[in-house]
Amino acid sequence: MLTFNLLVFVCVLYVALLFLVAFAAEKRAEQGRLGWLRSPTVYTLSLSIYCTAWTFYGAVGYAARSGLEFVTIYLGPTLVMVGWWWVVRKLVRIGRTQRITSIADLISSRYGKSNLLGVIVTVMAVIGSTPYIALQLQSVTLSFAVFASDRPEGWAVPDLNSTAVWVAAGLALFTILFGTRNLDANERHHGVVTAIALEAVVKLVALLAVGIFVVWGVAAGPSDMLSRIEASPIADWQLNGGRWATLIFLSAAAFLCLPRMFQVLVVENSDERHVATASWAFPLYVFLMSLFVMPIAVAGLSELPAGTNPDLFVLTVPLLFDQEGLAMLSFLGGFSSATSMVIVAAIALSTMVSNHIVMPIWLSARRGGASMSGDVRNVVLRSRRVSIGAVLALGYFYYRFSGGGEALAAIGLISFTGVAQILPALLGGIFWRGASRVGAALGLVIGFAVWGYTMFLPSFGESYVMSAGLLSEGPWGFGWLRPRALFGIEGIDPLVHAVFWSMSLNVIAFVLGSLASFPGPLERLQSAQFVNVDDHSASARGWSGGAAEAEDLLVMAQRIIGAEEAQALFQTEARAQGKYGYLPDTTPDFIRTLERELSGSVGAATAHAMMGQIVGGASVSVQDLMAVADETAQMLEYSSQLEAKSAELTRTARQLREANEKLTELSVQKDAFLSQISHELRTPMTSIRAFSEILMERGEVRPEELTRYSSIIHDEAIRLTRLLDDLLDLSVLENGQVSLNWQKGGLHDVLDRAVAATGSMPAERPLTIHRDAAAETVTLTTDTDRLRQVFINLIANARKYCDAEKPELRIEVRRRGAVVQVDFIDNGTGIPKKSQNLIFEKFSRLTDQAAAGGAGLGLAISREIMVKLGGQVGYLPGQGGAAFRVTLPLTQPQTDAAE
Amino acid sequence: MRSPHPLFVARHGYRRRRIIDAARVLPLLGAFLLFLPLLWVGEGGTHIGVVYLFAIWAGLIVAAFFLSLYLRHELANPDPPQDEEAG
Amino acid sequence: MGKRVLLIEDEPNIIEAIRFVLSRAGYVVDTHSDGSTALAAIRAKKPDMVILDVMLPNRSGYDILRDLRAEAATVALPVLMLTARGQKKDREMAERYGASRYMTKPFSNAEMIGTVTELLGQ
Repeated sequence: MLTFNLLVFVCVLYVALLFLVAFAAEKRAEQGRLGWLRSPTVYTLSLSIYCTAWTFYGAVGYAARSGLEFVTIYLGPTLVMVGWWWVVRKLVRIGRTQRITSIADLISSRYGKSNLLGVIVTVMAVIGSTPYIALQLQSVTLSFAVFASDRPEGWAVPDLNSTAVWVAAGLALFTILFGTRNLDANERHHGVVTAIALEAVVKLVALLAVGIFVVWGVAAGPSDMLSRIEASPIADWQLNGGRWATLIFLSAAAFLCLPRMFQVLVVENSDERHVATASWAFPLYVFLMSLFVMPIAVAGLSELPAGTNPDLFVLTVPLLFDQEGLAMLSFLGGFSSATSMVIVAAIALSTMVSNHIVMPIWLSARRGGASMSGDVRNVVLRSRRVSIGAVLALGYFYYRFSGGGEALAAIGLISFTGVAQILPALLGGIFWRGASRVGAALGLVIGFAVWGYTMFLPSFGESYVMSAGLLSEGPWGFGWLRPRALFGIEGIDPLVHAVFWSMSLNVIAFVLGSLASFPGPLERLQSAQFVNVDDHSASARGWSGGAAEAEDLLVMAQRIIGAEEAQALFQTEARAQGKYGYLPDTTPDFIRTLERELSGSVGAATAHAMMGQIVGGASVSVQDLMAVADETAQMLEYSSQLEAKSAELTRTARQLREANEKLTELSVQKDAFLSQISHELRTPMTSIRAFSEILMERGEVRPEELTRYSSIIHDEAIRLTRLLDDLLDLSVLENGQVSLNWQKGGLHDVLDRAVAATGSMPAERPLTIHRDAAAETVTLTTDTDRLRQVFINLIANARKYCDAEKPELRIEVRRRGAVVQVDFIDNGTGIPKKSQNLIFEKFSRLTDQAAAGGAGLGLAISREIMVKLGGQVGYLPGQGGAAFRVTLPLTQPQTDAAE
Repeated sequence: MRSPHPLFVARHGYRRRRIIDAARVLPLLGAFLLFLPLLWVGEGGTHIGVVYLFAIWAGLIVAAFFLSLYLRHELANPDPPQDEEAG
Repeated sequence: MGKRVLLIEDEPNIIEAIRFVLSRAGYVVDTHSDGSTALAAIRAKKPDMVILDVMLPNRSGYDILRDLRAEAATVALPVLMLTARGQKKDREMAERYGASRYMTKPFSNAEMIGTVTELLGQ
């Protein structure tokens, strides 16, 4: 006997399993062991969120009411996937190259990064998805109720509303936990996708199990089943040609346009080849899902008492035959269908809401502040979390408001028709260069309005939004405006009527709007990029080299995609340009790359706006447009060769120029150094000579003076020796004759001793050092004495040069695979950009005064040491104060670093 | 506008393009076959319709399977799997 | 009362050595070790001669010398320049700016006393 408590217990157990799976997957992904997490199978299974509770429960009800028509809901997606070479492949490729985060982002990005379109699509998606989410909550609560009503004597009828609240809250928690762990949409949601793949298996197994039971347990096999179908009332069903074609079209359109489908199909895709597998595997999945729908419907109709809700046959049929285990499995199947849909829909919608509504508002609220504002990542993540909660709350209130009365299929189709309004702008955007922002906006708004008028609002019933009079007479008595018979054309099926008018007017507005308007430069660039995504050469520029400082861009990028990734990106680019360090030239190409990376986190429109604040000025030049307009094939080929050569030349020239600048500067410095070294040697010599002459004239010196003067001679001699030591040390390091003493040691220990060694230094203002002992527990094989020498130098520099009122030094340690990074960041004014390249050169000292008490060899020696240890030390710009990063391997490098 | 193609290509390249053509035609063929029932409404029983539809469906899946075996290799990622594991 | 010498130099040990040597020879030695305020110190103390180091904190000895020669009160003040950079161009610079004498570190004590005596005309 199934008790309510047992049901809840199994449910909670199942949810716990999902959490566990998602958590394990996140852990695995964090360790970089992606493996099967990113296999074609998981990708295909994740697509199965197309099959929601509407499909799981509703398809059988649909078949019981309208016979074979239910398959249309699956045939549309089947055709789309079988025809993947046309649309899905292109969408996935565009999604990857343009770092698309959602369907609203795609539309916004394609039409000139227009945030208006992003907002329109987002609003449409939220309105279209809310009833659908309500539907999922309803199906879960209904399925609970089935168990209750079936055994009224056994347990009390649970409170349906509180069930729905619990389900909605649980889903929100799961989604926030695994859907907003990281920001970069390119990193994708491993945990969520894996959990969904598991749920996909559960629902398929559940439906197949019920189906097999019905065919072989209730009927006597397939042929008996076929004759039962023929004998059942379903056989009276007549194919309605209009509905048949409309529904196939509608489901195909929804498959592409539903925000959640776009999320799994495009955003979560990690490899184009997975689409090839899904092209047959996903149709196979839905094929299996629908194989037993008819038999279950027939069995339900014939075995259960008349008036039983056919939407719940999947549960009630097993219960009728006392198959409690099967009913439980089927319950979990329905539960899986509902939860997986809601989770992904909430993630997709929250991304859209935060990128297209919250971020633009936040940005304009702090005008001019893209580079100065606080941590953008927190704002984005928080807004996503709030959006997730809001979306689920909206779904819950819709469920309460609508009372959950309607047949499941009807709500689903309303939702489908709503999102299908995006299709013209979507397909037009990727196939037609002429599609424009004005056209897209017009089409979307008109299509959506017609949908609302003919389908969505009437669905609330006659008493709610639209009066009975309005429905039958039209507004203000205009008969031709009746919501279910527009333009006086009557007698069409309401669904066909709504789809026909909304889509036709949508397409007409879209095409006319596009033909009549003239797109802006950025829009034309984007249209070329989207439509010609297969031509690799089509890399038009979005920016015509502004006056952006690389350091400003780095500061902004760190706040959006995180410090590490931003630094890695900048370093890679700098290296590609043949430069050392973290600050590349801000070439148009680099700005474009950076903008694309940022749009992977906050969407194209927001990223473009933020870049605009820093780069400033017009983003596209006339020349850029000409390049796009004139792309005849040969010109393109020729110019791409030229471009490659000129890029090569530019790079070589830059390297030469830098080398030359460095040489000139070095020569000047060498002169300065010789004079410096002369000074450093002659000064102690002067004292030594003067006092030794005094001491040589015996008799005239008092004993205490004798002691004092000889100790001065001694000290000055030591000073001379130290200087010579430093010079020799550097010379030895540079010539590679140094022998290193490799040994195991703890990083914490080395830092301890370095801090202690610098503690005795005299300082005007005491330096506060912040450390993290936990992070420092790293054991490594290195020359600990040499390493300490480097640390001492960096800490001593902070002591000497940090000019803050209260000098502070943060020492941050991070492990990155086989290397460890140690950052020394102080709170002073830092080092000006023009000097950042010089400080590691020997003989250089930023101030001319001898205040530093050395000859400017410390950093040069440190750099040589780090190279010998197989690591490096560099200046880290954009951290507030002066910052140095020491990177070193955990183990002794295999190849001899000393060449 | 696509980058310039030579007028004739070698045998392998020729096969490749015809397979892509087939992948493009398959959904059109599928749509045609699935809309076919509109023409013979009323003849035969519902179970004939069931068998017909599921047979076409299965056929499409098998065809897509074989095409995908060839086309997988067409998708040598234009941009290599970058920063998928981020360090 | 001996003649007063103002020593402008930043190395404490060198200051101590010169002070010892000149005091023993009967001169009164004042010292100052910052470049930016050196001019004011000269005006205030009105020494009979100045010993001026070239590499001073905050202001170079050449700049101080140039200002001295531009003022009527100090245009003829004997100035002995000290430098630790023994290059030819340093000597030329010193002469151009109007140094009375020029010495390269390290120097012998006898040389120092001799030069000071000569400059003070004793």
